[in-house]
Amino acid sequence: MSVRKTKHEMPEQSPTERTKNFKEVPYGYSKEIAIEEAKRCLQCKNKPCMKGCPVEIDIPGFINCIAQGDFEKAAEVIKAKNNLPAISGRVCPYESQCEGECTLKKIGEPVAIGRLERFIADYEREHGKKPPKKPQSTGRNIAVVGSGPAGLTCAGDLARMGHSVTIYEALHDPGGVLMYGIPEFRLPKAIVKSEVEYVKSLGVEINYDVVVGKTVTVHELIEEYDAVFIGTGAGLPNWLNIPGENLDGIYSANEFLTRVNMMKAYRFPEYDTPVKIGKIVVTFGAGNVAMDCARTALRLGAEKSYILYRRTEAEMPARAEEIEHAKQEGVIFKLLTAPIRFIGDEKGILNEVEYLKMQLGEPDESGRRRPVPIPDSEEKLAIDTALVAIGQSPNPLIPQTMKDLNIGKHGNIITDDDGRTSVPGIFAGGDIASGAATVILAMGAGKRAARAIDAYLKNKT
Amino acid sequence: MYPVVEKKVLSENVKLLKIKAPLVAKKALPGQFIILRIDEKGERIPLTIADSDRKEGTITIIFLEVGKTTKQLGTLIVGDSLENFAGPLGLPSEVKKYGTVVCIGGGVGIAPLYPIVKALKEAGNRVISILGAKTADLLLLEEEIHAFSDEFYIATDDGSKGHKGFVSDVLQQVVNKHKIDMVMAIGPIIMMKVVSNLTKKYNIKTLVSLNPIMVDGTGMCGGCRVSVDGKTKFACVDGPEFDGHKVDYDNLMLRNRRFVHAEGEACKLVGAS
Repeated sequence: MSVRKTKHEMPEQSPTERTKNFKEVPYGYSKEIAIEEAKRCLQCKNKPCMKGCPVEIDIPGFINCIAQGDFEKAAEVIKAKNNLPAISGRVCPYESQCEGECTLKKIGEPVAIGRLERFIADYEREHGKKPPKKPQSTGRNIAVVGSGPAGLTCAGDLARMGHSVTIYEALHDPGGVLMYGIPEFRLPKAIVKSEVEYVKSLGVEINYDVVVGKTVTVHELIEEYDAVFIGTGAGLPNWLNIPGENLDGIYSANEFLTRVNMMKAYRFPEYDTPVKIGKIVVTFGAGNVAMDCARTALRLGAEKSYILYRRTEAEMPARAEEIEHAKQEGVIFKLLTAPIRFIGDEKGILNEVEYLKMQLGEPDESGRRRPVPIPDSEEKLAIDTALVAIGQSPNPLIPQTMKDLNIGKHGNIITDDDGRTSVPGIFAGGDIASGAATVILAMGAGKRAARAIDAYLKNKT
Repeated sequence: MYPVVEKKVLSENVKLLKIKAPLVAKKALPGQFIILRIDEKGERIPLTIADSDRKEGTITIIFLEVGKTTKQLGTLIVGDSLENFAGPLGLPSEVKKYGTVVCIGGGVGIAPLYPIVKALKEAGNRVISILGAKTADLLLLEEEIHAFSDEFYIATDDGSKGHKGFVSDVLQQVVNKHKIDMVMAIGPIIMMKVVSNLTKKYNIKTLVSLNPIMVDGTGMCGGCRVSVDGKTKFACVDGPEFDGHKVDYDNLMLRNRRFVHAEGEACKLVGAS
């Protein structure tokens, strides 16, 4: 029997339909398609796909369960390693992780591992999640700061080891970037909440409105708890640092997305938080966050949504699927362009951006070819709204208030591979340690830190 | 949930609420602010702390009803609760012995000035206070601030109490008479701008407390960015107090008008004018 060379397609809303709503774009696999797709897996003995998984899921194991139609068992296999599969099954960059290592790539497309993970997570949610077994209590207490992907993963894993875990969250909702950053049409908030409920069912408690560093300090937490994990993320937006950036009409990606996603400005005035979007919107940057901004702008009624990026498509850091979705929806890519200033009208309201044309030069330290300005190539574009999505830096609140913590030059907390900081008993992971990266890498860091915390507590008398 | 334990109507559009929030009260220092959200559909708004009581575990906020959220906040009564109340946020005022300080409060800006006046007095400063409002009815915390002041002045736009005119007129007279070591000004942006322009001529250190539009209040969104000495600063984590001589007030006024249209729309829908 020959193996099908391509992945089974995942049905999705048509581009013209979906740009008019905030509903999730793909519908997910049906049972039948999932089983067919799972049967493509060769069940390689050396499991190359697992090498690409930061949270160590037994990938061939759960795919084998799907192929046999045992979806509950598949969920158990995934949950043994990953407490948040409905999230990773939607936002992981599979192509450069598990699917990137798949043997089937030698003859065609890899097994659609991401889509299968998502299928199982959704199947489980729709059929009632099995309550997890409560382990015997170790009598140890751990405080986790931040309820984003790193914190939730670390908390869930620690709870499964029998530790008592309390999460401190600065905002009013759990999930961190999953809630404020990633749009509803890519990661529905009901799904985030359901995954958080699962972590809570493991015994984890979440306290909201606690801004650690302000409301309580890490030093106060370490007196009360046996260990502390810091997962406060990369919340500080980077700016272009060009003239006119504080004009009315320019948002950081964080402000724009937080207003729309967490505060639900797309349902204003039913919800109180407004967002103002013009007819012509330009997003600067080409990562996942930039794609989220450009696509959100279309859904809010922008007539034209541009992405301005100083390199070419080959260097774009966004997931392939995000770029593809953005193109289908009509986002216009202006590549090899770098903004040099924003221009406002007499009232200070943004109405133009001036940019330079670029060409690619020699590779830089990231290995990508460095964009070099073409002299005298200035051009202007009339715009109403600008969204700056060129990355985030680690949130400074905790580093500012802890003099004894070793901090890197980018404001990140310095840790070893397992999240140990320079202070015994204090661990950190996710974007606060690595600088801005992906959800799944933060989850992997949370997982490793949970193991390191467990080991630390076993040695602590 | 954070219950309202006391309410006072200070004038037609200015209300005082005392909120039970023990964790915030335990840490609150003069100059800091909180972010609140009334209910699950509400927006997050920052308000500077007007008073705090560690023993009671309460924070007092005083606000002018200007938009939908503050109007709704004004309808709450004792026994109602706020969905969210986070803080204390921002850096506290730098309270130390300067010598002679002038504390200027305009309108609802008088409220956050009060804990600073108290702290500066307790730190051994000679405190001269100047309060300003459109009319005498809108003056806040007169007696409270007077009690901690060595000299005390009032200015009203209509002359219904104290000097007829602006706080800056009174400040000019004070500056003519005394050697001033520091000026603290909290109030409408235009007032802080005028005060800063005046003190700049005499090279008097001046601090102003800014209240731009915020969302999270933790340094994440950058909505509250202000230009200080040509550099972009976030009022939520770098402020809210800044060197008054270095703030770009015009840009701040512009940025605070960003959602005026939407605010009007939201108010209309709930029947608030």
